[in-house]
Amino acid sequence: MAIVPNPHKTTGFLGWIDDRFPLTKIWKDHISEYYAPKNFNWWYTYGSLALLVLVNQLLTGIWLTMHYKPDEAFAFDSVEYIMRDVPWGNILRYLHSTGASAFFVVVYLHMLRGLMYGSHRKPRELIWIFGCLIYLVLMAEGFCGYVLPWGNMSYWGAQVIINLFGTIPVVGQDLVYWIQGDYTPADATLNRLFSLHVVALPFVLVGLVIAHLMALHEVGSNNPDGIEIKKHKDPKTGIPLDGIAFHPYYTVKDMVGVAAFLLVFFAIVFFAPDGGGYFLEKPNFTPANPLSTPLHITPAWYFGAFYAMLRAVPSFFNTQIWGVIVMFGAVLLLFFVPWLDRSPVKSIRYRGPLSKIALALFVVSFVMLNWLGMQPTTVARTYLAQIGTILYYAFFLAMPWYSKHDRTKSVPDRVTA
Amino acid sequence: MKRLTLLALWLLAGSALAETEEPPYAFKPDTGNQASLQRGARDFMNYCSGCHSLKYLRYNRLGKDLGIPDEMLKANLMFTSDKLGDPIVSSMPEGSGNPAAPSESEKWFGRQPPDLSLSARERGPDWIYSYLLTFYLDPSRPNGVNNLVLPSAAMPHVLGDLQGWQTMEKPAEGEPQEHHKPKFELVQPGSLSPDKYKELVGDLTNFLVYAAEPGRNQRLALGGPVLLFTLIFGILAYLLKVEYWKDVH
Repeated sequence: MAIVPNPHKTTGFLGWIDDRFPLTKIWKDHISEYYAPKNFNWWYTYGSLALLVLVNQLLTGIWLTMHYKPDEAFAFDSVEYIMRDVPWGNILRYLHSTGASAFFVVVYLHMLRGLMYGSHRKPRELIWIFGCLIYLVLMAEGFCGYVLPWGNMSYWGAQVIINLFGTIPVVGQDLVYWIQGDYTPADATLNRLFSLHVVALPFVLVGLVIAHLMALHEVGSNNPDGIEIKKHKDPKTGIPLDGIAFHPYYTVKDMVGVAAFLLVFFAIVFFAPDGGGYFLEKPNFTPANPLSTPLHITPAWYFGAFYAMLRAVPSFFNTQIWGVIVMFGAVLLLFFVPWLDRSPVKSIRYRGPLSKIALALFVVSFVMLNWLGMQPTTVARTYLAQIGTILYYAFFLAMPWYSKHDRTKSVPDRVTA
Repeated sequence: MKRLTLLALWLLAGSALAETEEPPYAFKPDTGNQASLQRGARDFMNYCSGCHSLKYLRYNRLGKDLGIPDEMLKANLMFTSDKLGDPIVSSMPEGSGNPAAPSESEKWFGRQPPDLSLSARERGPDWIYSYLLTFYLDPSRPNGVNNLVLPSAAMPHVLGDLQGWQTMEKPAEGEPQEHHKPKFELVQPGSLSPDKYKELVGDLTNFLVYAAEPGRNQRLALGGPVLLFTLIFGILAYLLKVEYWKDVH
């Protein structure tokens, strides 16, 4: 089908633009005539909140980059310069550092909503995969940003994470040197992580977000009932009977979600930007020091679960690579969820006890692993982390079985309120 | 043998502390108390700044935030520079960082006295407050004193003449270490009463909390209005949502 210029036949100045650029078409296709199910609950605000946080990170990031120096000798000082001498610099930095944590909170809840209502199921597999890629890039972005202040935790965190690649047989150690550009994390490392953090990864991230949204708008949104609203369309207009325009209905609803989110977000930014030592770690208020290891090297809280898995797996055959495999495998598993899930229904509302228990156990084990990842290890905690890791994996690997054999309720024809 | 046991117990106590990271005394900073910050600045400049810098804080920022006029600042608090825009550095010789060729300060103390700009954020106010209160006599140490929260501290008890000199009761053998509360006994009183000394240490801690983030007061003051604005925005957004959603059935 050929592209039809100005399909909405606008006139005047807008018409002039629409003859040359699909402005009205984009507005209508994606905003004002994008019909979303009318039964979205509050779980559905996390998507637009993620977009809000992304914009916050990009804007505050641009201004922070104006004052930050990616240099081993100046990085730490330049962050303090931002905190003290740059007008509003401390607020900018807190918006950015709290935003990083908020990003993960919002994305984790967004993903949980997807799992609950079966938003990964056919025909939305690609939306899910783009989402997983966003999550993967977000983790890389979070890690790079974590290193930039070049505090002592930044330094040792970088040391630990980059050395994960050192567990790869034969080429591991050389790979670590290649990534670092030096024998230890150093100036070259800081510079390249800065480059990735402010150019490469945000670029990829924004591209993936666009792909995520385009895929979503192509097939339409899922909803808490997990049924397709496109099955019942108004015969005259072709608009789904249970669909309402994204704008104004969901734009105004999301504004309420934005306000609720910002109340919590600003409360942290202005009253507890350290997040109790979890958003800004205490050892990171002392400059990177290769000779002084912090008492407990912990990653940022949002990596806690994966760090706990890494530590939970013992070494076999003189190598730690098993932990690294388990850790990366835990992220990779997410990509396969659309095909692991064999339930005849999508939404948790119509699934049976097996699926509900599995999801609940998964959430509990993930939260527990996150907590364990931030604690110093003890024998008991290592056992807990091993149980958590097994539960995490079981949720995915047993999914083809329990989702298929679970009892289900009959799914309504039209969406419920 | 007994000394070894004591040492082992001591190390245990140290590691127990490190595990919980809980200093024995709590201090709640109030950077809104300008008089306390001014006293803290005065005491810091007179007792601490000889060795410890606050290199991320400028004199005139300090003056502006604490309501100290430039002339008074120059006359009373500026010992290392006469330029108001300069950062607060100490007169301690720069550390070399090289054990083979130590600087003067490293020869004297074994290490360069650390910059304290961010110590309140690195260690926390409780730690600083406890550190300055828990120096005790220990003949085994080069300076004759040791510290409860920083065992084997290189720093002498600079405030000893103010606090006086105290001993710490060593834990009895076999006593559960976790529940061990240190007991201090003042064997030689200082020029300040214990309460006055606590006030001085509180002011110093408060000042270091300020120095760790000079924008703290401005940030805290801004929080209320920002939240109020967001709340009003939220209420309006909710009313707008209700109005629009009247059409949705």
